[in-house]
Amino acid sequence: MQKLVLLGDEAIAQGAIDAGLSGIYAYPGTPSTEITEYVQRSKKANELGIHSQWSANEKTAMEAAIGMSYAGKRAMVCMKHVGLNVAADPFINSAITGANGGLIIVSADDPSMHSSQNEQDSRFLGKFAMLPILEPSNQQEAYDMVHYGFDLSEKLKVPVLMRITTRMAHSRSVIERNTEVRQQNKINIPEDSHQFILLPAIARKRYKKLLQDQVIFEKESADSGFNKYFDGKDKSIGIITSGIAYNYVMENYPERIIPYPLLKITQYPLPERMILKMYEECSELIVIEEGYPLIEENLKGFLELGIKIKGRLDGTLPRDGELNPNIVGIALGFKDQKGPEIPEIVAQRPPALCNGCPHIDSFEALNEAMSKYSAGRVFSDIGCYTLSALPPLKAIYSCVDMGASITMAKGASDAGLIPSVGVIGDSTFTHSGITGLLDCVNEKTPVTIIILDNSTTGMTGGQPSAATGKIENICKGLGVEEEHIRIIKPLKNKTEENIRIINEELEYNGVSVIIPTRECVQTLNKRMREKLKK
Amino acid sequence: MKKDIILAGVGGQGILSIAAIIGYAALDSGLFVKQAEVHGMSQRGGDVQSHLRISDKEIASDLIPSGKADLIISIEPMESLRYLPMLSDEGWVISNTTPFKNIPDYPDINEIYNIIKSLKRSVLIDADNIAKELQSPKSANMVILGASIPYIGILFEKFEKGINSLFGKKGEELVKLNILALKAGLDAVKN
Repeated sequence: MQKLVLLGDEAIAQGAIDAGLSGIYAYPGTPSTEITEYVQRSKKANELGIHSQWSANEKTAMEAAIGMSYAGKRAMVCMKHVGLNVAADPFINSAITGANGGLIIVSADDPSMHSSQNEQDSRFLGKFAMLPILEPSNQQEAYDMVHYGFDLSEKLKVPVLMRITTRMAHSRSVIERNTEVRQQNKINIPEDSHQFILLPAIARKRYKKLLQDQVIFEKESADSGFNKYFDGKDKSIGIITSGIAYNYVMENYPERIIPYPLLKITQYPLPERMILKMYEECSELIVIEEGYPLIEENLKGFLELGIKIKGRLDGTLPRDGELNPNIVGIALGFKDQKGPEIPEIVAQRPPALCNGCPHIDSFEALNEAMSKYSAGRVFSDIGCYTLSALPPLKAIYSCVDMGASITMAKGASDAGLIPSVGVIGDSTFTHSGITGLLDCVNEKTPVTIIILDNSTTGMTGGQPSAATGKIENICKGLGVEEEHIRIIKPLKNKTEENIRIINEELEYNGVSVIIPTRECVQTLNKRMREKLKK
Repeated sequence: MKKDIILAGVGGQGILSIAAIIGYAALDSGLFVKQAEVHGMSQRGGDVQSHLRISDKEIASDLIPSGKADLIISIEPMESLRYLPMLSDEGWVISNTTPFKNIPDYPDINEIYNIIKSLKRSVLIDADNIAKELQSPKSANMVILGASIPYIGILFEKFEKGINSLFGKKGEELVKLNILALKAGLDAVKN
């Protein structure tokens, strides 16, 4: 045994290394990034030859992980909740192919949208795919459940989804680590050579098997010991809670003695017998879960027959946003507590682009060039540069999902809004922008695409970008005309020249790509510091 | 023993180093620790906070309940006020005096000082100046940490060890400077 202080994300990574992982696949995304980074930094993981390089996006990551599982080895794939949308096609289908080597998908949800464009709950996608789901509530459980998750995946022959939320991912605590690192699996392709061929005739059989196996998945949930039923004397209400929300319930009882029966859900499908027991012995139920009301909806149903069920749907808890000990305390009937109000004088301090950031110079030139057209023509994307929506730049009008800048500019151009501009970062471009640009080239759509190349994935902390050194050639390869690929240097003293170039391309009746190229100041500083050390 | 601490500042000011050192000192004293951090978008020059909980009993929630924080330790004066709703009736605010002005509408700094001074229990400390006098301007966060030690209730030596563990790899000189800054912060509130 060894004691370590780890973030929830790091506990998952350490758990995976110790449980015989052969490869981790991911694209950076808050709050999931630190899982993969931990494996990348781990000496042990490097010694063991565990694959840990970043993938181009979540879909390629998911598919590579399925491939590793096919070959019989244990694989993990990590993403933020919206990344699971990108990976949804292989993810849903992986439930039908099933797994060979243990396969865990970690999806990190971001309720209250600290760093995201929505707060969707990955458990719904897990349920949609009909896969077992694990939802740890503390770092130790996260560590332990990775080992269990690989075993479960290999036993049930399906991938397993692990769902965490921001506070689980980015909270640090002590874990006890099992220092005996399990051997990796040897290469061992599936016995059934049809298993991974989802031709309709085969897929229909595999799907029936998935449906039949639901009973087995449910039995595992009831028997694994991770779902826990605690008796309580006062049966006027029963508490059903899951994941991080369990901690908020416990916080409200300083002696950790809960007067009511409590069911802690850590594994899905929901354990039917445990829920029925609570239903039979309590007068009403309260469901306290982080994210969407998944458990609550399942219990309540459409007709609302049976005893009263309180939770996010009847207003006992807020319908949106993350929970905290106070919100949960109020729902449990405790008085709220608060210190002094925030004095009015305290000003907002929103995040902003860094001093010296190349994006600032790019947007200043773009704003100037766009000033002769009506407003509302610049579509943008996910990254640091989304902050250009805020004052003083106020340069962009959209941020929807990875890659949508290019395709939305195309749609607006098709509608007659010419010129239309798409602004996308280098890493976002290779994540999901290339195919959209191909659509533009195939139709010679009049759009101006600006690919901000700062040689890194900035927003998530400066991971290497798959695009570095390749953007110009990718654009040429897609068929963008060479004379309309313009590389510029986003610097104050080049602003006049840059405005002129942007203007020329805005006037071109076809596809233009402008690539402002200058390194992110954060990664530049980091590089310089490391150089000085040497 | 239970101390719930909000660490406040602006992205890049070094609150995570403070958190790591308090966390080390607490664990080394045989206490339980939980610490929730902010990563991602809000780190870019925005306000950041960390919830640090230490206790002799197992800790349930990763977040401190509002109205229950024993301490707000802030590297920036305006930021110390942003988390007042978290503070308990008996809680202390320990704040640096040097403002970090990266917004156009930063309020009048004297008014901020007045509000901090008017709180029931507060300490204002010119950590940047103290650090500069030690020829170590980057150690202002360690000065603030030193000033907080009497309110945290863990031995000074444990924090020294924490600094050693966090900065040890970066060289003895840095460890020495940070411990000097820690000591100077402690002395400033003792006097």
